[in-house]
Amino acid sequence: MKVKSIQAKIGDWVFVLICVIISIICVVPMVNLAAKSLSGTEFLIRHEVYLWPKGFNLEAYQTVLSDAKYQRAFIWTAVLTLICTLLSLTMTALCAYPLIYPGLKGRGVINIFITITMFFNAGTIPNYLLMNDLKLLENPLVLIIPSCLSIYNMIIMRSFFYGIPDSLRESAEIDGASFVQILVKIYLPLSKPVFASLALFYAVGRWNGYGDALMYIKTNKQYYPLQLLLYNILNNTNAVEVAAQEGFNQPGLKDSLKCATVMFATVPILLIYPWLQRYFIAGVTMGAVKE
Amino acid sequence: MAKEKTYKAPKKKFDKAYLKRYWQLYALLFLPLLYLLIFKYLPMRYIILAFKEYKLNTPLRDMPWANVRGQTDALKYFKQAFGNIDFKRALWNTLKLNALDLIMGFPAPIIFALILNELCFKKFKKVVQTIAYMPHFLSWVIIASLCTQLLAPTDGLINALVTHMGGESIPFLDDPSHWVGTYVGAGVWQSFGWGSIIYLASIAGINTELYEAASVDGAGRFRKMWHITLPGIKPTIVVLLIMNLGYIMGGGFERPWAMRNNLVIEVADVIATYVYKVGIQGLKISLTTAVGLFQSVVGLFFLLAANTISRKLGERGIW
Repeated sequence: MKVKSIQAKIGDWVFVLICVIISIICVVPMVNLAAKSLSGTEFLIRHEVYLWPKGFNLEAYQTVLSDAKYQRAFIWTAVLTLICTLLSLTMTALCAYPLIYPGLKGRGVINIFITITMFFNAGTIPNYLLMNDLKLLENPLVLIIPSCLSIYNMIIMRSFFYGIPDSLRESAEIDGASFVQILVKIYLPLSKPVFASLALFYAVGRWNGYGDALMYIKTNKQYYPLQLLLYNILNNTNAVEVAAQEGFNQPGLKDSLKCATVMFATVPILLIYPWLQRYFIAGVTMGAVKE
Repeated sequence: MAKEKTYKAPKKKFDKAYLKRYWQLYALLFLPLLYLLIFKYLPMRYIILAFKEYKLNTPLRDMPWANVRGQTDALKYFKQAFGNIDFKRALWNTLKLNALDLIMGFPAPIIFALILNELCFKKFKKVVQTIAYMPHFLSWVIIASLCTQLLAPTDGLINALVTHMGGESIPFLDDPSHWVGTYVGAGVWQSFGWGSIIYLASIAGINTELYEAASVDGAGRFRKMWHITLPGIKPTIVVLLIMNLGYIMGGGFERPWAMRNNLVIEVADVIATYVYKVGIQGLKISLTTAVGLFQSVVGLFFLLAANTISRKLGERGIW
């Protein structure tokens, strides 16, 4: 049994203290925002709200939650995220699985074909012109199809597949199983962890993304994902439109409304990610440069 | 171990029997490869626009080569870009912000991982980790609004503290040089926890006997950190550093676009936002295609160099 010296014990507590401070730095901005979203207008105007709500009320949330525009954007973004995640996982598996077979002829060429896309990007304008050619501008599909496969994620899945013993598929091959059967019966059931972590990566990417919508969708505002709607509201891009909204012309309420809107867009992810920690840690580690 | 020859494919020819067995794999690959062909390779044909005069509703091959008063000058738009003060500023800002991100953001996760490694309370460590991963899951729109709320000149929490203690309100968001600090700080805040995952995994791979032996020899906490932990994760640090250097010309669009405001454009405009404003909003197609091509080619050069160095050092590259 090791006995720790006093110095070592003090040292332990110093590190605990440092970690407490780091944790506080991480959560303070969110706490500040939550406090403001729950506070009364008069306290916000007088700049009295910091870490604890004053004049506690849910008015801002009631306004946000009953606003049809937010409800629609929330549901649309949730649907979008679901579709994108499922499609992306399918595409990723379709791409990763065949490439683990050394016997696949042309594998080298295919690998080069894939790798080039990681290193060289045609650029914003060529991509934009392509979307124009494909009639994807102003089309909701532009938020789904162009981002449906990430090569980085494909590499993560492939290295997970490599980690499944060859002997499993070899014995199945001897038994006469086809490659699709091996994928469905052996690889998919064993790959739940990697699917969970990639699902999280894809879902967070879609839920948080707004750049593609900003570039490719201008007039069809009903297809704006939540983050772009939020961006426009926070930056008063359409001043007239924003001012016309209920509450946004009252300075104090405007602040709590902004904060409530941000909370509304953030809370879903904050509720989900802690439960998937095991999986995303595995995902990040697998995707690391060292195998 | 002798493997069965009957199904070992490398020996096989590309014939009927091979296809009968392997066609399924090609079928599975069809959609992903088609996707890459359309969305990654097809746009490359528009790169030629950097050397041509863009004309609306005209087939690509009918557009004339870039010219100055009829005199063909294929590099016209590159010259124009480099004669343009806004582009030069965007290029400089891209390099500057990326370099600052690297200097401040690269060591942060390493230090955090080392700190976490010193915690001897497992439960507490887990809680700290969970909290530190949180910022990674926030969008840049949300982080930008957190900054506005927290750092606002009069009612922001930080400035309230500063003025309460008798200091002057700090213009975190409005003053260009302070804004750069805010931008870089937000980047560190967002990524240090997430970045530590890889180092923690690397630390977990260090042989624990080394620590025990060092303890027997009377090495203290910091000596062990310096002589065992750091050397243990050095390969990971080196590879990640080189790879990060490879992305020095890169840069996303969402972060600078969400964090900028009208008062700081001189330091906040990077290539990605410049191309969006001038190209997609301002429709200077040929000019911004040239700018994009420049960025892609220089970025490619940096990445290939990084990859080569990484491999020379005996590490795996990113492919």
